[in-house]
Amino acid sequence: MISRRAALALPFLATPAFAQGPARVVVVGGGFAGATAARALRRADPAIAVTLIETNPVYTACPGSNEVIAGLRDLAEQRFGYQRLAAQGITVIHATVTAIDAASRTIRLDSDAAPVPYDRMVLCSGVDLIWGAIPGYDEQAASAMPHAWKAGAQTLLLRSQLEAMPDGGLVVISAPANPYRCPPGPYERASLISAYLRAQKPRAKLLLLDAKDVFSKQKLFQAAWQRLYPGTLTWVSQSEGGTVTSVDPKAMTVSTDFETYKADVACIIPPQRAGRVAQIAGVADRTGWCPVSPITFESRLVPNIHVIGDAIIAGAMPKSAFAANAQAKTCAIAIADLLQERTPASPRLLNTCYSLAAPRDGFSVAGVYQPVNGVLTEIPGSGGMSPVDAPDSVRAKEAEYGAAWFGAITHETFG
Amino acid sequence: MVRALLNVPKRARVGEIIEIRLLISHPMESGQRRGPNGQPYPRDIIHSLRAEFDGELVVELDLYPAIAANPFFAFTMQAEHSGTLSLTWIDDHDTVQTEHAQIEVA
Repeated sequence: MISRRAALALPFLATPAFAQGPARVVVVGGGFAGATAARALRRADPAIAVTLIETNPVYTACPGSNEVIAGLRDLAEQRFGYQRLAAQGITVIHATVTAIDAASRTIRLDSDAAPVPYDRMVLCSGVDLIWGAIPGYDEQAASAMPHAWKAGAQTLLLRSQLEAMPDGGLVVISAPANPYRCPPGPYERASLISAYLRAQKPRAKLLLLDAKDVFSKQKLFQAAWQRLYPGTLTWVSQSEGGTVTSVDPKAMTVSTDFETYKADVACIIPPQRAGRVAQIAGVADRTGWCPVSPITFESRLVPNIHVIGDAIIAGAMPKSAFAANAQAKTCAIAIADLLQERTPASPRLLNTCYSLAAPRDGFSVAGVYQPVNGVLTEIPGSGGMSPVDAPDSVRAKEAEYGAAWFGAITHETFG
Repeated sequence: MVRALLNVPKRARVGEIIEIRLLISHPMESGQRRGPNGQPYPRDIIHSLRAEFDGELVVELDLYPAIAANPFFAFTMQAEHSGTLSLTWIDDHDTVQTEHAQIEVA
């Protein structure tokens, strides 16, 4: 194997006559996808020089953040640093990517640091919220009507607004059309906020306006809503006129084509696309998302850039932390193979996703996926959903499993 | 009877351009989709829609199987005088459904 850098420096050498420097793999973005990938690359081949570029010194995880909103959990429990990655020999750079030159395989940063060269890049941009996709909903509006779709200050803002809301108030949540990060997220959020309202503000109501008629774990959520929140939570589907067409953050109104609702608290989850770095790297197509090989996760648009996590077009796989984790491990092994000029094997990827309908009341969906004709497809009969009529004891267990899952995946991702 | 949502301004000024919106909950089964037994599900679409204002035609539509489920319609008209807007549609079962809305123009 000869690295591109050595080949350019020594163009007269047809074959390498001496030892090469280690292959350089640069991971951009340190969420579940990126941090997992960095560690998995070290495991797959300790000879690879792994660099992780991430703006923030501390990561705030989204899974579990609905519990923070409902007052069941502290935001500190969502926070993870990169010290363990650095201790494992990963070069961690806290800087923001400003440009990517795919021809010379270099990444430019906003800091004074020199451009970072790579042989292969793993791009984990996550998602960007599309400001203006819902007229009236821009970055400014999010300070009055939080999206709380990126955990952190927005999560706490929504929490404090719910606490300040008078009893008898109206909470409006707007759920976007597919695809978006965390398909069951809006429904878990509506459930846990309803649990909080029932306990603390029993006359308050929650209206869940939806741009879809069908959603993740729908039967489980709807059964739970009927059991737990009748008279509190109302879901308005797309065919019932649920699609939000504009908001006015000053008047605190949320409008559909047919109604305008005056909200006391409004949580607007806007449409999304692959994150900024994916856009500047040119790996996103006109859908806003990134087409990739389902075997190596290499971009179909830009060679030597692999894309994983919420930013990709993942076929049947949802945009979840566990899916990102599975893709990261698959991608790391594939990169180790490619660097050794081995052919990567066709993978099987697992996803499990737990949701809470209430404190100590959970359920899950699981699936196994494999590439079929270039698309990640669910293997028939591989996964499944919790039974709708599960007894309380089973739902309590599932809530425990969900908490254990969070502990396990964050331990695997961040050490 | 299927569920329909109609958004018509209750009041308008003389000569004002007003927007009418209609969302009909309907499967719009194309007739192309096959069931587990290999047989196509029978076509079931709304095939025509007509809007009249006090009996005068405003807009008339022929609909075809490529239109998605839960069709949404929006059109504009000029409000000249008070009256009743009626929207009538017919599906493949020859079911005729009409929704009315009163508009006060001053």
